[in-house]
Amino acid sequence: MKGMTVIVKKTTQLIAGIVFLYGIYIILHGHLTPGGGFAGGVILAGSFILLILAFGSDFMHLLKEEKGSTIYENLAILAFLLLALTGLLAGGKIFFANWLPHGTPGELVSAGFLPLYNIFVGIEVAASILTIFLALVIFKEEILK
Amino acid sequence: MMNPLIPLLVAIPLAGAFLTMILGRFITGIPRYMALATLLVLTFISFWLLVEGGTASSVYTLGGWEPVDGVPIGIYLIHDGFSALVLCIISVIGLLSVTYSISYMARYTSENYFYSLFCLMIAGMNGVVLSGDIFNIFVFLEISAISSYALVAFGVEKNELEATLKYQVLGAVASFMVLFAIGFIYWSAKTLNIADIRTAFSEGGYGINYILIQILLLTGFGLKAAIIPFHAWLPDAHSSAPSPISAMLSGVLIKAVGIYVIIRLFFNMFEITEGMAILITTLGALSMAVGVLLAIGQWDLKRLLAYHSISQMGYVIMSAGIGMILMARGLRSEIAALAITGGIFHMLNHAAFKGLLFLNAGAIEYAAGTRDLRQMGGLAKSMPFTSSTSLVASLSISGIPPFNGFFSKLIIIVAAVMGRFYFLAALAAVVSIITLASFMKFQRYAFYNKEQGKIGKEIREVPVPMLLSMITLAAICLLLSLLVLPGIRETVLAPATEILMDQAKYSSQITGM
Repeated sequence: MKGMTVIVKKTTQLIAGIVFLYGIYIILHGHLTPGGGFAGGVILAGSFILLILAFGSDFMHLLKEEKGSTIYENLAILAFLLLALTGLLAGGKIFFANWLPHGTPGELVSAGFLPLYNIFVGIEVAASILTIFLALVIFKEEILK
Repeated sequence: MMNPLIPLLVAIPLAGAFLTMILGRFITGIPRYMALATLLVLTFISFWLLVEGGTASSVYTLGGWEPVDGVPIGIYLIHDGFSALVLCIISVIGLLSVTYSISYMARYTSENYFYSLFCLMIAGMNGVVLSGDIFNIFVFLEISAISSYALVAFGVEKNELEATLKYQVLGAVASFMVLFAIGFIYWSAKTLNIADIRTAFSEGGYGINYILIQILLLTGFGLKAAIIPFHAWLPDAHSSAPSPISAMLSGVLIKAVGIYVIIRLFFNMFEITEGMAILITTLGALSMAVGVLLAIGQWDLKRLLAYHSISQMGYVIMSAGIGMILMARGLRSEIAALAITGGIFHMLNHAAFKGLLFLNAGAIEYAAGTRDLRQMGGLAKSMPFTSSTSLVASLSISGIPPFNGFFSKLIIIVAAVMGRFYFLAALAAVVSIITLASFMKFQRYAFYNKEQGKIGKEIREVPVPMLLSMITLAAICLLLSLLVLPGIRETVLAPATEILMDQAKYSSQITGM
């Protein structure tokens, strides 16, 4: 897959960062506003996919990228599971217990574990959607070879 | 105090799956031991819960969300007599399949993907069995179904891909039906918790959707359980998968995500109506009879076994249906209890002997390189352990005493006669005889033919891990017949029957009313 013209590349470079930041915003405000880990993660993956589409697959080392995103995906799930298990070990000894202080509702740092869960769900969704995209691209390139 | 082991049954295989993926990238050879360790822990936990739980059932609320005014909020995990048994067969067959895979899967590449998907499938099935609300049943159903699609296609040859495509299309239809039914339930009952749905339905606030919901759920989970009109995917998928996966699919998956959920929902969620009970009994009897007739003409060994799975699951569905009819008529509850006990017992037995038969088929394929019965012959001499364990399994599935299949079929037939379903009792006996005939064909062509087959190479017995799991399963086939003894039956099978018969108890333990 070849890259696109200079105009597209430059515009994508400008936009991708903003899209990425917006994804982070959605994830971090998951417990306050609509959206959350899943929606934000999809936006994060979108910014990566924009870059790959604009610059073409020979620019990026796709196989290496795919390995990295798979590892992030697995680590995010494990971290999520560990957070859930902390509830079993500490606090009320209940799986998924929200034993951190809840703070004042409406503030960014509040609601105990929910922002943390959202962050890891965000990483997980971003990494897995990117992995699926990369797997399809790599598969097509291997067929064309 | 809630039992902290219950959520671990889902958390451990999930953690095992993803740890396998990460560690398997850096250390070769570790995935198999990770999976083995995961399944060992699961087996220990599930038996501990079975022994410790006894007749009591325990409810686990994730995150500690207690019911508000008797309305359950949050996610509930429920461990009772029935789910305890299914959890045990999931872990035991899973453990033995992993042991078997250590040698069998050495011929395939991508070992870490295999064991990771295997653990994911286990996590999904444990989740389905434990979950107390219908939407989480759907979520875990999808986890186990999607990993099993990938596992069926693991050989990536033409046959496997065709089988998995068929399986995926029909599986997607089934999931759609289930989701559609869940939507209808949420619309009319305003809740997703099984116990709460029951309360809402029994107050009469459901209207015309009730029958539609039942039919949709029966179709959706019937597709997963491969009851006869919905069986088309099963023979392909179960025969194309690698053999340990066939053993898991046939031995456990169709029970955990199909039969278990059907029985659980129709006994504990819906009011039992006679019409629905007759429909379920008819479907069960139909798949019992048609499955065996389709099986007897097969020459592909694994296809033959797959068709027998349909037929044997028919026994389970039919006996549960007989129990439902008797309960709907409100008479002779002890016979209904007998029929349900027979069904559950047969489900356990089928997991043992069908798992063993698929492992045997895998061993023959491993040693001789063929699944065609006509090309085998005289294997009894060169493969004594495979031959003798498969004889045990064949006698079990055909219902020959003293093996386990005899006792469960006997209970089912006795219950059918006592409930005055003479035709169904006779049908069950005839099907059992045809099963015997078709397994005599298997034994004769594979093992006891005098002429050597057309394999044309020297055949040796399979490696030790494979033998170990086959011999263990053969021993389990014998040991399970002990469940029929009065003292043991009351402690193991009776709690399961009790939770299904006592409809009010299931919901009262959750809502706390």
